[in-house]
Amino acid sequence: MSSAGYIGTRAHPPSPAAAGRVGVGIGLAAFIVALPPFHANTLWIPLFVGLIAIAVGIWVLSRGARRPGWTAIGFGLVGILLGILATRANVGNLDQVVVWGALLSATLVWATPLTFAAIGGMFCERSGVVNIGLEGMMLAGAFFAALGADKFGNWEMGIVTAAIAGGAFAAVHAVMAINLRADQVVSGTAINFLALGVTGYFFIDIYGENGTPGDLPRIPDVNVGFLGSVFGHLNVMIWVSFLLLIVAHITLFRTPIGLRIRSVGEHPRAADTVGISVYGTRYAAVILSGMLAALGGAYLSIGYLGSFSENMTAGRGFIALAAVIFGNWRPFGAFAAALLFGGSTALSFRLQQPWPAPSVLFQALPYVLTLIAVAGVIGRATPPASAGRPYVKQ
Amino acid sequence: MSEAATPPPTLESDPESYAPSVAKRLAFYQSAGGIVTPFLTAVFAFLMGGIVVAATGHNPATVYKAIFEGAGLNWFFHFGNYHIDVPFTNHHVWFWWNTNTNTTPAYNLTQTLLTTTPLILTGLAVAFAFRCGLFNIGGQGQYLMGAIVGVYVGSRFVDMAHIPHVLLAITLAALAGAFWGAIAGFLKATVGAHEVITTIMLNWIAYWGGSYLFGRDGPLQNHVDKSIPISDDIAPGAKLSAIWGNPALQALHSGIFFAIAALIVFYIILNRTTLGYEVRAVGFNPEAARYGGISVGRNFIVAMAISGLFAGLAGGLDILGWQFRLGVLDVQVSNIGFIGIAVALLGRNTAVGVGLSALLFGALLTGTSTRSLDPSVFPPQLAGNLALMIQALVLLFVGADLLIIYIWRARRKLRLPGARPKAAEEPA
Repeated sequence: MSSAGYIGTRAHPPSPAAAGRVGVGIGLAAFIVALPPFHANTLWIPLFVGLIAIAVGIWVLSRGARRPGWTAIGFGLVGILLGILATRANVGNLDQVVVWGALLSATLVWATPLTFAAIGGMFCERSGVVNIGLEGMMLAGAFFAALGADKFGNWEMGIVTAAIAGGAFAAVHAVMAINLRADQVVSGTAINFLALGVTGYFFIDIYGENGTPGDLPRIPDVNVGFLGSVFGHLNVMIWVSFLLLIVAHITLFRTPIGLRIRSVGEHPRAADTVGISVYGTRYAAVILSGMLAALGGAYLSIGYLGSFSENMTAGRGFIALAAVIFGNWRPFGAFAAALLFGGSTALSFRLQQPWPAPSVLFQALPYVLTLIAVAGVIGRATPPASAGRPYVKQ
Repeated sequence: MSEAATPPPTLESDPESYAPSVAKRLAFYQSAGGIVTPFLTAVFAFLMGGIVVAATGHNPATVYKAIFEGAGLNWFFHFGNYHIDVPFTNHHVWFWWNTNTNTTPAYNLTQTLLTTTPLILTGLAVAFAFRCGLFNIGGQGQYLMGAIVGVYVGSRFVDMAHIPHVLLAITLAALAGAFWGAIAGFLKATVGAHEVITTIMLNWIAYWGGSYLFGRDGPLQNHVDKSIPISDDIAPGAKLSAIWGNPALQALHSGIFFAIAALIVFYIILNRTTLGYEVRAVGFNPEAARYGGISVGRNFIVAMAISGLFAGLAGGLDILGWQFRLGVLDVQVSNIGFIGIAVALLGRNTAVGVGLSALLFGALLTGTSTRSLDPSVFPPQLAGNLALMIQALVLLFVGADLLIIYIWRARRKLRLPGARPKAAEEPA
């Protein structure tokens, strides 16, 4: 394309990437036309809309953009499939499941712990340390938030306790991964088991059979009336996660700190040569990731549910890890993935009433999508060059 | 990296010499310390666990004694005045050891061996991939696939004879695990997707897949009772025969012979076949293996498939041996595949090591279980979490091989001030 000199003189053809995004949108529309309030009642409408999305995808492919093209085609196919399923479903059931406001707020609820942990994990991996232990750090956060909130009598101290606990678990991982140059996957797995054992042990030892007290201080909601029913009553932590997202993006891509983190993760020797402390940066990033994951856990226990139970994170740390990968190690990417995965959890819970069996499959969606993403079908996910490689000072 | 004057690669100047590439780590695992380091690792983990127990107001010595007895290991120490039957006669002769197999210790020991059986196999699943330079943390998913296929085949074909039915179910279960493992190997070989990520995802897909199949209104839910999320029972003819203990109380089943056979097969494949040679060559140095004409990608797939085969076999044996059915709860709380990681790493990825550490973890899990631990001494819920902590500490200390090197160096420095402690860091 050599039209750069002629700005404004003629209309540019749409770029393949933009067209790919439009294709994704049309693919989604294929599903949405079958849902309330539209209720397309023949299967031709979703099929037709979906085929448009696929056509767009093929056009994009023919322009040489593999990733947006395949993404659009994938969305088109999934849209047709889900749309046809939806047209064949009972209209009453659909109305009951698809309440957009409720779905959206549930999506935000389930996406928030993922967002915290995923942004933490992203910093960690950007600095060159693989963090399989997100799950454990999240679980530690959930328990110690409940413990702190209970013992100190307010939720703020709960959050502080959670952050300290998450940071402590992360510090163990950091020592293992950075100084002792242990295999980071072994160390992360150990962190997961350690957190499971420690939280379970002290939960039973302190609270026993009765569980955490019912009057546990909770993280409050923010009431902003004019924002409507969905955004008007969100939890503090949800707003904090939005803020965190923006701060994380700016920090990572617009500040010297972010440049240091990225350089340490891509080429530690070069970073060391120009005077950046590789170990210091990595320690900071790993401990930060533990604290953020713990905040995600804290939201689960004292924010959303108001109680703690053994192994309550139930794989959310791994979904957060998946979100990091699916979001291609970028804050907004990770957030989008967290929304998608949180949405699939929300949908799964809402589908439980009419269709108990298929609803379970939505829980597997994040893992399937991530497997497809790392397999390179929808563009290869590329981790930081030095992720997982210990650095030895010279 | 093109430095003008490269100094001779001493250990001080060349970071790669003890930066843990998989090859170096393997070399260290294989050679250094023999049985001493894993033994110290385990002792240290149990000591740290004891500190936690003491800190929460229990006596670690009595707790560990109760776990020891819960694991049935005291069966080996029942000395005194006993009699045994002389075969083919009605005579009894004096014997110094209680051979009665109906005592509580004997029962607990059968439970320990029952748990050891799948742990050997999931340990091998991690170990085999590790010898090829791959970290298979998908043992859990492969185990679940084996269990799912095992329960499906076991509960169908009701009219089949005993031996063919068992063999069919076990074979298909093992193949299901192999398939699940091979997916990760295939993705690694073709597009370079990291096996840790893919196996984590495959674990959770198996987890939710199992929850779907046997869940409420799931396709494989119990055909008789639709209120419980559990599979059909397997046919009586598909059950493995009991070899020790009362079948009504979860006897030890013949599956342990499969596990021991798998240990031997593991040893023979790795050390006595061309396939094992190639697998180990790829594990030590994929680039060198490639130049030597070995197909690295093919070995990744084969190694992951064989790993999955072991884990799938474990799932099948558990179903046919003592579970006889598979519920959503079983799918969701099981962590035999994850414990296999600790088993393999503590056992240094060798056949003998895996066997011994599977026994250790089998005893730990049984000794801390609700069924076996004396609740008046220590609450089993606490003990179960203690077992998790000990397992995590084992993993941490196994990973900290450099810590041992540091300690070793410090010791040398103290003894020989001024001497450069070079030889001590040499992993070989």
